Amino acid sequence: MFLSERRRGQLAALSIAAVVIIVGVPLWWRTTETYRAWLPVSQIKELAKLQLQLSADVEVVFARGTVTPEQQKKVPLTQTQEEERAIDGDLIILFLILLIRNTKLESKFFSCHVLFLPEDTALRYSTQADLYLLAFQDVNVYIGQRRTALLRIGPQMRVGKTLEQLLAHLEPRIKQVLQVMSFSHNDITAALSDRVRFSPDNKESIADSMRAFKSSPGYEITFSLLNPDPKSHRLHWDIEGAVQTYIQPLLTKLSPVANFSIDSQTLYYTMLGVNPRFDTSRSAYTLNADSLAHVINPVEARLGSNAASSNPVLNFLLYVPDAQHSPLYIQGRKKQEVPSNAFHSPRWGGIMVYNVNGFYGSEPEFPVDINIDMAKVMGVFLAQLRLLLGVQSSTPPPGFLVARCGSTGLADWELDRLMWSRSVENVATATTTITSLAQLLDQIGNIVINDNIAQQVSSAVTSLQLAVAELEAGNLGFALQYSKEAILASEKAFFDPSLLHLLYFPDDQKFAIYIPLFLPMCVPILLSLLKIVSEARQRRREKQAKKD
Amino acid sequence: KQNAAAQKQAEPAVLQPTPQPKDDFQEELVVRPLHSGDIYASFQFRTLWETDFMRGNKVSHYRLFPKSLGQVISKFSVRELHISFTQGYWRTMQWGQPYLPSPPGAELWVWFQDSVTDVDATWKELTNVLSGIFCASLNFIDSTNTVQPSASFKPLGIGNVTDHRFLRYATLPREIVCTENLTPWKKLLPCGSKAGLAVLLKSEKLFHSSFHSQAVHIRPVCQDWQCKTTSWELRQTLNVVFDLHNSGQGKREWSLFKMFSRTLTEACPLASSSKIYIDITDNPEQFELSPATSLLSQAMVLGDRRTFSVYDLTQQDTFGSVRSLNLLIRWKSTEGDMLRPLLHAERYVAGYGLQTGEIHTLMYNHHPYRSFPVLLLDSVPWYLRLYIHTLTVTSKGKDNKPSYIHYQPSKDRVRPHLLEMLVQLPPNSVTEVTVQFERALLKWTEYTPDPNHGFYVGSSVISSLVPSTVAMDTNSTRERPLFSSFFPCKEESSYFVRVYTEPLLVNLPTPDFSMPYNVICLTCTVVAVGYGSLYNLLTRSFQIEEPSPGLAKRIANVIRKMRGVPPL
Repeated sequence: MFLSERRRGQLAALSIAAVVIIVGVPLWWRTTETYRAWLPVSQIKELAKLQLQLSADVEVVFARGTVTPEQQKKVPLTQTQEEERAIDGDLIILFLILLIRNTKLESKFFSCHVLFLPEDTALRYSTQADLYLLAFQDVNVYIGQRRTALLRIGPQMRVGKTLEQLLAHLEPRIKQVLQVMSFSHNDITAALSDRVRFSPDNKESIADSMRAFKSSPGYEITFSLLNPDPKSHRLHWDIEGAVQTYIQPLLTKLSPVANFSIDSQTLYYTMLGVNPRFDTSRSAYTLNADSLAHVINPVEARLGSNAASSNPVLNFLLYVPDAQHSPLYIQGRKKQEVPSNAFHSPRWGGIMVYNVNGFYGSEPEFPVDINIDMAKVMGVFLAQLRLLLGVQSSTPPPGFLVARCGSTGLADWELDRLMWSRSVENVATATTTITSLAQLLDQIGNIVINDNIAQQVSSAVTSLQLAVAELEAGNLGFALQYSKEAILASEKAFFDPSLLHLLYFPDDQKFAIYIPLFLPMCVPILLSLLKIVSEARQRRREKQAKKD
Repeated sequence: KQNAAAQKQAEPAVLQPTPQPKDDFQEELVVRPLHSGDIYASFQFRTLWETDFMRGNKVSHYRLFPKSLGQVISKFSVRELHISFTQGYWRTMQWGQPYLPSPPGAELWVWFQDSVTDVDATWKELTNVLSGIFCASLNFIDSTNTVQPSASFKPLGIGNVTDHRFLRYATLPREIVCTENLTPWKKLLPCGSKAGLAVLLKSEKLFHSSFHSQAVHIRPVCQDWQCKTTSWELRQTLNVVFDLHNSGQGKREWSLFKMFSRTLTEACPLASSSKIYIDITDNPEQFELSPATSLLSQAMVLGDRRTFSVYDLTQQDTFGSVRSLNLLIRWKSTEGDMLRPLLHAERYVAGYGLQTGEIHTLMYNHHPYRSFPVLLLDSVPWYLRLYIHTLTVTSKGKDNKPSYIHYQPSKDRVRPHLLEMLVQLPPNSVTEVTVQFERALLKWTEYTPDPNHGFYVGSSVISSLVPSTVAMDTNSTRERPLFSSFFPCKEESSYFVRVYTEPLLVNLPTPDFSMPYNVICLTCTVVAVGYGSLYNLLTRSFQIEEPSPGLAKRIANVIRKMRGVPPL
């Protein structure tokens, strides 16, 4: 059967249109599409609303004579307390698990021992080489170098009280101890400083939280001896020995938190950026606290960046003023002298001014050989290092006595606190990075997402989930480890060069290039389709008219 | 006042024996008046440090040695590092041999310690770090311009590693050297540019010159004759040639102030020696030097015994009563002949069109009766495809067969050609090496931003032991001026010379870069036209149509209509 010529034309137009739509368009789409690997978007969205649960185990031990044996048997084994703190939408739940039992004082990691003592005992107690001594009457709480605190129970609680009353009395005090020894509200705010918008009224806490360095898997510590006047002073410093004696013990203790590397250099002809003013009343030069901000910049140009790694650098400068501007003293805001003659700059490092005119003798013959007293210098730098690393000791409440940190310069519970805040900070940073990366990839549709990026993102997400879980369980070491991995993976994904590899043409330009092909192809197809439709409609109308 | 006094009391004067520093710094300036009337000034700063960077030894406390370079050495396990930045071309025939040769652009060669497992990755990372330290585009060094010469670049320090797996050599002939490279270079000096000879290094004068070259060389050296203790040597050199007409206003009269617009007032207090040498060998009676110095010194430099006037800056009386030294050198006559350099080389591209070409390398032996062997190293980028079968070496019209050839063919976009050969140069002759090449067509993203300027091909390197007219000093540890002690000298009868030829500028076939868009548009239009006619053929229905009536008939019809008669 022969089709009419007209019908044949129509069929040809329809089949061409079908071929273009079924084969051509998908083919074009597939060949010009960018490769985008799958990302765990839903998990990232879950992480975006940071929910952290931190837990601290507390072991409570009653010394002999504080409770009767019957009472002790009735002491509940565990008691859990929850505390909720919401910070700017992020929910943080702090768990206090009270384990009240007379166990042996074994050094269980990530737990605090709280020991209750009768009020009049001569407090001499030793555990594992720690000797605690409560000599003063007004000290009620003693916090040791390890994770142990001693609490004195007042006489009114001694006799004839029921266990419930005793526990009710103890609870707020344990909380107080925990405030000091573990993670306090301020620490959380500091750790989350990137995510939290500060209200303008607590400027002091902003300054505190901005002082310490951001969390990083490693730090470079650089000691620089600045000698602006090598013609008059020949300086000798035994930095190698001083680092071994004073700095290394602290860093060994801090090694679970980060890797540290230390180096030192001597820089000559390095001037401060400010001309010190001569104070006639003291016949000395002074640097005002206001001008200290301008001191660093010209020095920093000489310090040189660390060529071998990209970790943040902590700079500690020892400045020996030149013979013409000596002695030089730093003056505080209220015109008083700063005893250490040093200052620190937040997230940068510290500077100490070391006057050497005491070495001149009666008739100095330049150049003078000077040996620098490293004990004095390192004492200042060690204190600054503690501050810059975020091992800050908030002033304890009245009645508390905190043990002096020993040779390591860091108590166990301080390390715990640091690990806590580092883990939380890492988790927060990694989450922010991953979330913003996901947002970016979502918004710009033609970025290629390679498999390795997708893999980095998912490993970051997994590590983040693990870190949060470990925080919940109280395993600080693992939590920190996982949070570090999360940060590394997220940064690697975020800064991957392949995300910038393709040139991004705007869509309108891309279509402008295709128009010479698309326009002549589509116009006849569209026209003939329109014609077919209009003819079909006309035929139907005619049929309708015939019927009528 | 009391307070200050109390402070004074509180600081006890610690009187301990001060330890002998294990590092040492020397500075030196050599000025050589050239026969063309130009003047050549060569600065050398040397820091020696008795320490051990080898075998992963952690070195972290620095005094005179710059920390940034020390960290680079220990992190990347570098045994030797030589880097130079040069602006301009050294004219050997006019100026003689330089104390330290360097090719135009940037050159970097590094020997790694044999503990390095992945040399290529370390090299890549090292170039990136160095480009940060020196503010240069060394990050453009990749596998396409890196070679491993088998014979030309032997370690200059101690250690007889000859496994060239641990050697990497790369040049960037296009690199432009300017102030931003000089500033970080000066920062490596212990005194910076605040005291000593480095005060003279002002960029506005240094870069207003015919030739400027700055370099950093790091290597382990022997401390004593028996080599019991080793130390690391950092040598920073800066060579500059000031032009007679440009900087000297055409007068044969030079002074420190005229050259550098500074005078000297002191030595660097950290330097154990700080000296200025003026080469007065060629015509001692033709110069007038003021202030005059009685100190004369002789040294073997480049196979020749030279006489120098020496100014010791550590002596206070050098500066005289005005406390400032402004050396003045005045020619009395322009007579005199320059000693012709014994070895000299040049190179050019021959051929026409954009398809093939030929590289000619000419090596001159000016020695009247001695022949000597030279090592020629050529590293040619992959986009010039060398036809190695066309390689010919001729001297005095005769074929001169190289006794050693090391050739590594290129791989497109991966590695360059490497051609090394040992050629014997007959006395008083020119030896010509030619090789033909074909120019490759690059992908459109591989062209530089100004492709019509052409593509640079790095200099050839010619290394040789040239017979010496005087006995050379083979004791490497004896106190010598720095400029004569860089290349170790193994025998008395010859000295080591490295000559760099000119870099080549080669044009490659360059497309019109709006081409991709034009091609897309043209193809689309062709496809659309073809498609349109096919579509018409397929969908249109054809029928025979009555031919329309002619014009006369139509007019007739109109008239008939008006008359009311039926149309035709």
